[in-house]
Amino acid sequence: MPIQYYIALASCLFCIGVAGVLIRRNAIIVFMCIELMLNAVNLLLVAFSKMHYANAVTSDAKTIVGTDAQLFVFFIMVVAAAEVSVGLAIIVMMYRNIHSVDINFLNRLKN
Amino acid sequence: MSTSEILFWFLSVLALFSAIMVLVSKNPVHSVLWLIVVFFAISGHYLLLNAQFLAIVNIIVYAGAIMVLFLFVIMLMNLNKGTEPQKNIWMIFSGVISGGLLLWIFISASISAGDIVGKNALLKDGDIGLIQNLGKVLFSEYALPFEISSVLFLSAMVGAVVIGKKN
Amino acid sequence: MNNLVYLVPLFPLIGFLINGLFRKSLSKNAISIIGCGTILMSFIISVFLFFDVKANGGTVIDYFNFIDVTSFKIPFAFLVDQLSVIFLLIITGIGFLIHLYSTAYMHDEPDEHFGRYFAYLNLFVFSMLLLVLGANYVIMFIGWEGVGLCSYLLIGFWFKNNNYNHAAKKAFIMNRIGDLGFLLAIFWMLNKLDTATYAEVFDRASSSLSATDVTAITLLLFVGAIGKSAQIPLYTWLPDAMAGPTPVSALIHAATMVTAGIYMIARSNVLYSLSEVSSDVVAIVGLCTAILSATIALYQNDIKKVLAYSTVSQLGFMFLALGVGAYTTGVFHVMTHAFFKALMFLGAGSVIHAMGGEQDITKMGGLIKKLPITTWTFVIGVLAISGFPFTSGFVSKDEILLAVYAHSPVLFWFAAFAAILTAVYMFRLMFLVFFGGFRGSHEQEHHLHESPLAMTLPLIILAVLSLIGGFVQLPEIFGGHDYFNQFLAPVVPAVVHEGAGAAKAENYLLIGTIVGLLLIFVIARKLFAVKEFNASYKGFRKVLADKWYIDELYDAVIVKPLNSLAGFLKSVVEKSGIDGIVNGVGRFVNYSSRQLRLLQSGQVGNYILFMVLSIAVLFLAFWNQEIIVKFLQNIF
Repeated sequence: MPIQYYIALASCLFCIGVAGVLIRRNAIIVFMCIELMLNAVNLLLVAFSKMHYANAVTSDAKTIVGTDAQLFVFFIMVVAAAEVSVGLAIIVMMYRNIHSVDINFLNRLKN
Repeated sequence: MSTSEILFWFLSVLALFSAIMVLVSKNPVHSVLWLIVVFFAISGHYLLLNAQFLAIVNIIVYAGAIMVLFLFVIMLMNLNKGTEPQKNIWMIFSGVISGGLLLWIFISASISAGDIVGKNALLKDGDIGLIQNLGKVLFSEYALPFEISSVLFLSAMVGAVVIGKKN
Repeated sequence: MNNLVYLVPLFPLIGFLINGLFRKSLSKNAISIIGCGTILMSFIISVFLFFDVKANGGTVIDYFNFIDVTSFKIPFAFLVDQLSVIFLLIITGIGFLIHLYSTAYMHDEPDEHFGRYFAYLNLFVFSMLLLVLGANYVIMFIGWEGVGLCSYLLIGFWFKNNNYNHAAKKAFIMNRIGDLGFLLAIFWMLNKLDTATYAEVFDRASSSLSATDVTAITLLLFVGAIGKSAQIPLYTWLPDAMAGPTPVSALIHAATMVTAGIYMIARSNVLYSLSEVSSDVVAIVGLCTAILSATIALYQNDIKKVLAYSTVSQLGFMFLALGVGAYTTGVFHVMTHAFFKALMFLGAGSVIHAMGGEQDITKMGGLIKKLPITTWTFVIGVLAISGFPFTSGFVSKDEILLAVYAHSPVLFWFAAFAAILTAVYMFRLMFLVFFGGFRGSHEQEHHLHESPLAMTLPLIILAVLSLIGGFVQLPEIFGGHDYFNQFLAPVVPAVVHEGAGAAKAENYLLIGTIVGLLLIFVIARKLFAVKEFNASYKGFRKVLADKWYIDELYDAVIVKPLNSLAGFLKSVVEKSGIDGIVNGVGRFVNYSSRQLRLLQSGQVGNYILFMVLSIAVLFLAFWNQEIIVKFLQNIF
């Protein structure tokens, strides 16, 4: 499958995530959109991993080129899991304080 | 069109459609469910690329653990369509425009980038995505980051507890 | 001997540094010894140099590159030849005498001002030595600016008097106008010849410079000389420069600095010989200045003003000599003039000292009884400047007249008229100050006293020099030899006026001078009888007493329009234009920051939106040119 297709797909997913961050006010949805962006990047990493593998395997049948990228994806997931646990804790905290998950109420920065 | 190509297009369309539905759903619970669909579609892509280990981890960690956590929080707060805050139309408009602009730049850049022209991602074949190969590398070269990630988890857990505690 | 040349300017510089830096802690005696001693050392070395040059000829001593840019080099080099050695002797010799005189004259100043005075004076001598020693026009220009600065500092030495400060500023600004001409000449030279070293410039002048270039360069150099040597139209600063202490007037504004212009033109004689136009301009400007200032000097009542206008007039004579091609004669007159004009200024200083600061000659008279040494030395000075036979002034001035006659009889008659005027105003000054009855207050009369030895000794030495200084260049008809011309011959071509005609002319001149002087003696006695000046001057006399209203003319033509232009710029352009722009920028920033502040809404969403847009812009910006172009082509 041409790598451009994967790039296009990942870009679309990523930009949908960006648009989601911009247009939704619900902090949880915004958070979910960030996860969506992470996944778009993961998908692209795996696709590139397989692209490089396809290049390398023609000269060396036992090559393990591309494992690095997949391990990176693994680590991204690890970090994402940690991030979600903390992030959701923060959102819960925020809800407890202002009884809303609307990020527009988070304008304390203004003052 | 081969089977894998058909699968690719199907999964792509599914992923994009579900992603859009995440945004447009008024009910946060629906958003979560659509996001789970996106994750499944992406896991499908992983399988198609023969990255079996990641496909499984994606389902277990994201769809299984993280999304459940989201769902749990949403239900804890009792969010639904009625409580959903609405942005004004201009904010939505500018958000879509700038997202589209970013997409435009990414696509144009990838079209004009010379060193990926004619390169293909290998579907189905290739065994680097198997847990055997990944495990060998993970526990040899990446042993230290792997251990450090456990410390990260520990600190995230402590952090979540500290934040979530009532004053 | 050549390896000692650098010591000549170095000693005054050391004296300047010591006196300048430690003026508050050194005693007056120490300052005097350092101030005079350094100049004396320079003088002694200069004497050695003189004999060295006499025996071996001139040399160039190269020290280091002052400016070194690719192929363009200006060396810091000294040129010791016949011409510069003469000036070295004049500067250090007369400089030493005047330093010595100053120790007594300035003795009433407070310690630190005393030190400041000698520091300035040493700095002046240093700059002047640099001026004459430099082997190219750039080094000369350094000294040229240095002496201008010292002149400014010393005219405004008593800076608490605002009029003196104005005089200092006037001198400085007028000098600057001249300096600009000099600077342009140097630039022109560098542009055409790529060098400012005398030897190279003179070598290439005839081959690589067009007639226009030579004329332009020489005229611009002359503009510099006009400023420094106080010629029409920039002469008005010199009389005002008399605000400084009298020894300063003697050293800077009579004997040395103002002759820098003469030195420069004599040095550039090769260039001036190439341009007839410039030579004529020099001669005519010199002659006009000589006559104009001589007429003004007739009715001045300030003893120093009379001497100042006399200086301007004599400088005019020198330029006249240079203009008609008699370069050695011009330089010779510089030397003799340095003797008798320094003598007269110092004598005037002695008089002013005795009179307790009084400078008005209408309040003097009969000083011969109380100040015999001053009087007799001053009389010798007057005789010398008037051209009394066999004094130094007679020899140099007659030679000038002779050279002018050989060049153009018309100019000669004007020059002779100016020379007669010189004698008239000088005799008038002499009679009014030293003879007749005393016209000042009783207090002043009681206070009158002869000056101390430190002041009279220089007077006596200078008087002797004024008397015998001419013998180095006595015309052959009187059994003399032109030693001076011969000495200068390697650097400056001498005028040749041999033959029976010249001898006849000399005879006529001698007789004419004696008869003329006797007549003038009588006229001056009658014309300026004591009664005359008490009544205020009327008619033409008033015009002369008011200096032809030149200052007023400059005021009306240059100063007033400049002032009103400046006023217009200040009140209109500055207020509404410049301030408007500046304040407008301020107001714009103020306004736009108020508007931009609204962007900081505190809404997280807005911030993210800007972040995304910025990422998009960054992506575009970091893309290489080609891709951006392609991308834009894709879009449109």
